Amino acid sequence: MDLILEGLKKAFWLLITFDPEVMSITFLSLQVSGSATLISLLIGISIGTTVALSNFPGKRIVVSLINTGMGLPPVVVGLFVTIFLWRNGPLGVLEILYTPTAMIIAQTVIATPIVMGITLAAIQQLPKKLRLQILALGATRLQMVWILIKEAKLPLLAAVMAGFGGVISEVGASIMVGGNIKGYSRVLTTATVMETSRGNFEIAIALGIILLLLAYFINLILTQIQQRERPR
Amino acid sequence: MTILEARNLEVKRGGTTILHVPSLSIQQGEILSLIGPNGAGKTTLLQTLSYLLKPFEGEIFFKGEKVNSNHSIFDYRRKLALVFQEPLLFDTTVFENVASGLKIRGISRPEIRKRVMEHLERFGIGHLSRRSAKTLSGGEAQRTSLARAFAIQPEVFLLDEPFASLDPPSRESLIEDLEQILRQTRMTTLFATHDRLEALRLSDQIAVMNQGRIVQIGSPGEVMNHPVDEFVASFVGVETILTGKVIKKDGGTFVASVSGKEIEAVGEARFGEEVILCIRPENVVLSPPPSKEVTSARNVFPGKVERITSLGLYQKVQLNCGFPLVAYVTKHSMESLSLREEKIMMASFKATAIHVVRRKGR
Repeated sequence: MDLILEGLKKAFWLLITFDPEVMSITFLSLQVSGSATLISLLIGISIGTTVALSNFPGKRIVVSLINTGMGLPPVVVGLFVTIFLWRNGPLGVLEILYTPTAMIIAQTVIATPIVMGITLAAIQQLPKKLRLQILALGATRLQMVWILIKEAKLPLLAAVMAGFGGVISEVGASIMVGGNIKGYSRVLTTATVMETSRGNFEIAIALGIILLLLAYFINLILTQIQQRERPR
Repeated sequence: MTILEARNLEVKRGGTTILHVPSLSIQQGEILSLIGPNGAGKTTLLQTLSYLLKPFEGEIFFKGEKVNSNHSIFDYRRKLALVFQEPLLFDTTVFENVASGLKIRGISRPEIRKRVMEHLERFGIGHLSRRSAKTLSGGEAQRTSLARAFAIQPEVFLLDEPFASLDPPSRESLIEDLEQILRQTRMTTLFATHDRLEALRLSDQIAVMNQGRIVQIGSPGEVMNHPVDEFVASFVGVETILTGKVIKKDGGTFVASVSGKEIEAVGEARFGEEVILCIRPENVVLSPPPSKEVTSARNVFPGKVERITSLGLYQKVQLNCGFPLVAYVTKHSMESLSLREEKIMMASFKATAIHVVRRKGR
């Protein structure tokens, strides 16, 4: 019991004193996961919408692949991104393994299928005649796609939350491609793993609390937007 | 002037032809109804005419110019407005919904505001402008959808059964308002419906569709009184449909002149107004001439029997009283009246047996 109590005390102290190391870890976490989420939104929404709106042979296979991708194990992503970025690997010349950039890439690979799958479902859920109605109002194809995305904005906000939630809490890939280098590629999850293994439970608890709060506040903001947009 | 013309339209799906229209033309300012049962091809025709359903064969001309290249299809589509049976509103306010077609066209904000307000008022939904579209009743939603289409100020207005999913009271009030707006603006309109009374009331021309084809096209009187085949006859109904002009009125009843004959009917109508009178054949009584007996029927006309057809349990008698009139009689009365073709009979029907359809502003 003492262990937890001490841990909580220490955690509280680290938080209210804005411990520089904890702050820099938090900031990097936000930066990496935020960037990865943004990139995955760009890729996921555009491909998800395209697949939803087009008809081609084998569409079902593509859709089931995307849905499978929503549950991609981070460790597997970490493994393949590492292989690709390895010195002798296909993208070894970039020399970005064990950098925050590598972490962004790995997290983007994890978040993209999540965003894509939710987008696909959201766009397909809209009535088919709505597309005809938008075109009949004189829209170009691009305008039509834009209006459809706006129509699906509530489920798309869920896609943002799910994507961000998936990568901010992910540890396997980040540790493999980032290397958990102090002051450089250490993020909340990788630091928590390390401190726990060292028995520094108080710091681990502090990091864990920050991670929880972060996830909570980001989702709180998005939920606010989502609920405000909901028709009264 | 012909505003819209289609030639050799053909749409195939899975090897079967679902639409085949060798030619169709719509005059500027005309209201053309497409009537037919579900699956007759009305929706397919409207969507093909607006280039929303591809691929298809055939050609479409707008004001004499052929619509073909990608660019001209897009320009052409912006001259039309299509309203579906479902309101298909966007998840935003009523105002933004009505503004959407104008926004798509890149019209300036003040101009959008002006036009949206004008059309909201026109369809009686001005007070709803800030409401979320999701909270509207069926009638309000369909009014919003119509206002959205009208705000574009299209040159041709296509309506795909816009009243079909409304409850009777909101349906009636919407038809009334739309009728007035169509008359005022003299908007060229193509109107698909399976309700022949709606078609009678609104249209200048009626096209009856069945199995992807237009089986008959003509004025309401022509189509209703001279159906070309059994299908049209059964679909447009069996009533005698007469067009007349109100020449006298006297509290609650009026007299309309139909091909020079005076017919008395119950209902409200203005002097000089054009009305449509529908008379069901079971309400027409035939008696031998000259009829001396006094009946409560206000309308008694001599007519020559032109054709007698057996409909199984009873006979259908077509008379010429100066206007066409159809009556049903049983086999028994046929014999007692010794009815036969060429014979002159007295036909009578009560003023209350006439269903009056008013056509406003014509």
